Amino acid sequence: MTFPVAVLELYPLFRWLSGVLESFGFSANTVLIISYAVLGVIMFSALSIIALFLVWWERKIAAHMQQRFGPMRHGWHGWYQTIMDAIKLLQKEDVRVASRDKIVYFWAPVICFVAAYLAYIVMPWGKNLIVADFNIGILYIMAVTTFTVIALLMAGWGSNNKYALLGGMRSAAQVVSYEIPMVASILTVILFVGSMSMVDIVTSQSGWIFNWFIFKLPFGPIAFVTYLIAATAEANRTPFDIPEAEQELVAGFNIEYSGMKFAMFFLAEFINMFTVSALAATLFLGGWNGWSFIPSWAWFLMKTFGVVFLMMLIRWTYPRLRVDQLMEFAWKFLVPVTFANLILAAVIKYAGWHW
Amino acid sequence: MGLIKKLPVYTEKMPGGGIVMTSLEAALHNAQAKSLWYLLFGTACCAIELMCTGASRYDFDRLGMIFRATPRQADLIIAAGTITKKMAPRLRLLYDQMAEPRYVIAMGGCTIKGGPFYYDSYSVEKGIDHIIPVDVYIPGCPPRPESLLEGCITLQEKIKKQSLLDWQEKD
Repeated sequence: MTFPVAVLELYPLFRWLSGVLESFGFSANTVLIISYAVLGVIMFSALSIIALFLVWWERKIAAHMQQRFGPMRHGWHGWYQTIMDAIKLLQKEDVRVASRDKIVYFWAPVICFVAAYLAYIVMPWGKNLIVADFNIGILYIMAVTTFTVIALLMAGWGSNNKYALLGGMRSAAQVVSYEIPMVASILTVILFVGSMSMVDIVTSQSGWIFNWFIFKLPFGPIAFVTYLIAATAEANRTPFDIPEAEQELVAGFNIEYSGMKFAMFFLAEFINMFTVSALAATLFLGGWNGWSFIPSWAWFLMKTFGVVFLMMLIRWTYPRLRVDQLMEFAWKFLVPVTFANLILAAVIKYAGWHW
Repeated sequence: MGLIKKLPVYTEKMPGGGIVMTSLEAALHNAQAKSLWYLLFGTACCAIELMCTGASRYDFDRLGMIFRATPRQADLIIAAGTITKKMAPRLRLLYDQMAEPRYVIAMGGCTIKGGPFYYDSYSVEKGIDHIIPVDVYIPGCPPRPESLLEGCITLQEKIKKQSLLDWQEKD
């Protein structure tokens, strides 16, 4: 049985499934397609559960930071609140504005939803726990997560609503600006690894805690903090959530979406947050590396949820930036800092001063 | 949508369909009752009590109620405060923009019957049930947050008692 070149490490489950299917006498291609379909379903369910959990967690954190309790009535501390929300949103009427752009309006939530899930093809969840290890893994993630902007812009345009259009345009401006410092911070990591494969990035941080890139890089903490700021902006979260600023734009790009279409935007937002946090954990915090008495996927999840928790604390602590402040912060502060950091790192790497 | 709307009727006629219908009804309406997202809509002093109910001491979020700024994603209008004759068409528009199923709570005396101070005013709508259908009335001027919470729980009980066959009657 032959795999595509890109697939180096696979789930043990994948191997087991392929073996079982082969023993039934299916052809190699059929086995591959069925196995990938099963993997896709597993990833989809896991991510959906994570997104639902994150919504509940966000509400609880918000509530506790404001000295409230948050959802309390439905299950232990309201644990099935978001499941109820999802079932309710499924039942809601699908409002379609008469003056909408039909194709664009329909496909915007779909693209947003799919783009959020696409990044997990190359995400290393644990040792040997990765769907496919591309040699351009990190580039692929950067490319795919940017699809979200197109979806938000489509939602803004297709709704034929001035607030939605403003939200979409703001989102495009913001993500294009913050993409540059984000990539520049990631480049320092890639510079030292010498590979864009996610598995290589994680394995080069193995060993003890000071091999993590946040400590190992010449200016690791700076790269990490700039990445985190840019990632917060990338995920459209407060203090950078001007695309859906409630006080100015009612609800921003998703103003005309109801029911399940809105739920798709909502879930995609939380999956995007999980994606950037997982990237932060993988690139700077050692990925699934850790003491071996805890399984590697648990390390990955612990670090990722730690970063998610940090992002939620930031969200409920700081007020929203104005549009011009946002742009000034990106172009006048983040871009020079990250580029200086990148150039210094390159010089240090070239001169061989690092350990 | 025709078939989907007729589905409860056909299911009810099938053998054992009654059991399916009742359990489905319970599950679906339970979910509706447990996540009532309300519209940010406050016109007078009742809105202050509404905000207070959303804040830390009374906390709407315990019941699973969060505010949405856009009527497309809201399930519930809490009409908090005096509705003037000029505001009435806007209230109607907001109600029309909401997606089904949608509910209305009339909060305070002004929304019930013009209120204790504006009952003979030329500019005030004497009760919002002239404009939109109301599910729950909460008397008071303004009602305390406890009564608003009580009203919301009453609405939840009302939603849970609905039948899927009600869809037929609405058309």
